[in-house]
Amino acid sequence: MVKEMLLSELSVGQCGRVVCLRTNGMIRRRLLELGLVPETKIKTIRHSPLGDPVLFQFRGTLIALRREEARQILVSPQSL
Amino acid sequence: MIDRGELNNMGYGEDPECTGGAIIALAGNPNTGKSTIFNALTGLNQHTGNWPGKTVLKAQGTYVFHGKKYVVVDLPGTYSLLATSAEEQVARDFLCREQFQATVVVTDATCLERNLNLVLQVIEITSRVIVCVNLIDEARRKKIFIDLEGLSAELGVPVVATAARRGAGLEELKVKIEDITFKQIITNPRRLVYDPDIEEAVALIEQNLPGPVKKRFNPRWFALRLVENNQSFLKDAAWPAWARFCLP
Repeated sequence: MVKEMLLSELSVGQCGRVVCLRTNGMIRRRLLELGLVPETKIKTIRHSPLGDPVLFQFRGTLIALRREEARQILVSPQSL
Repeated sequence: MIDRGELNNMGYGEDPECTGGAIIALAGNPNTGKSTIFNALTGLNQHTGNWPGKTVLKAQGTYVFHGKKYVVVDLPGTYSLLATSAEEQVARDFLCREQFQATVVVTDATCLERNLNLVLQVIEITSRVIVCVNLIDEARRKKIFIDLEGLSAELGVPVVATAARRGAGLEELKVKIEDITFKQIITNPRRLVYDPDIEEAVALIEQNLPGPVKKRFNPRWFALRLVENNQSFLKDAAWPAWARFCLP
């Protein structure tokens, strides 16, 4: 059993699989609409100079999320 | 903003047979080629461009096919009809009031999965839907092949592949629009089933909706918005006066 961690804790270049979203309301809805449903593969691409937002790649596209949003997404890290 | 009243004043009435033309809505995610399809259908030269928010207001044009007139309304590109941006509100307000004879949801064949969320939201509002899988030539180049028949069977609505920039598939799209608009082809859209407690609440609300609401809106869709307490929809300033009395 792999340890679960927050999406914001993935290091650059590391992949993970979405386990669940720990948020509600509009933010949850928006993240789900972008395709961040459980089992989605996601990879951290790079951090902004000030660390926020963070660029992620999933479902064939690049999307930047605020650190605050990334902290609400639980992932299981994948070995490459 | 163009509302029903204005369209009526311009001669585009309820009944496609006897008035100015059938109203066809073009919906879809941003950057899927809605405006290219719009131009190809209407022969107009609505500005196309690859940046967000290009079509915030609705553009409209007309075309004639088999002797019948169609008014095409190009809605802003959205990923959803439920969130809060100005574009989404324009698209949602237009679609939820059922003031059209058919809706074409334009999707990008190169990232179809992302587009299907909006398709599901649209077929939850209306059954008179055609899914247009655009950019099919680009998908082919990327070795992506779409099972159009399978997609149509899964969604329960007609699916047409197009490459609008080259004009491919547009005849078939016009035929499908004609089918839905004038030939009363009945689609059978896949209905999302929610958790039992939600379905129970929705059924209860649906039964008790006031008559005018049932007449103007898809009752199930309306009930779902009440259940989710969608403030952006419920507090919509564009509501007619009668509606305010009907809401909690």
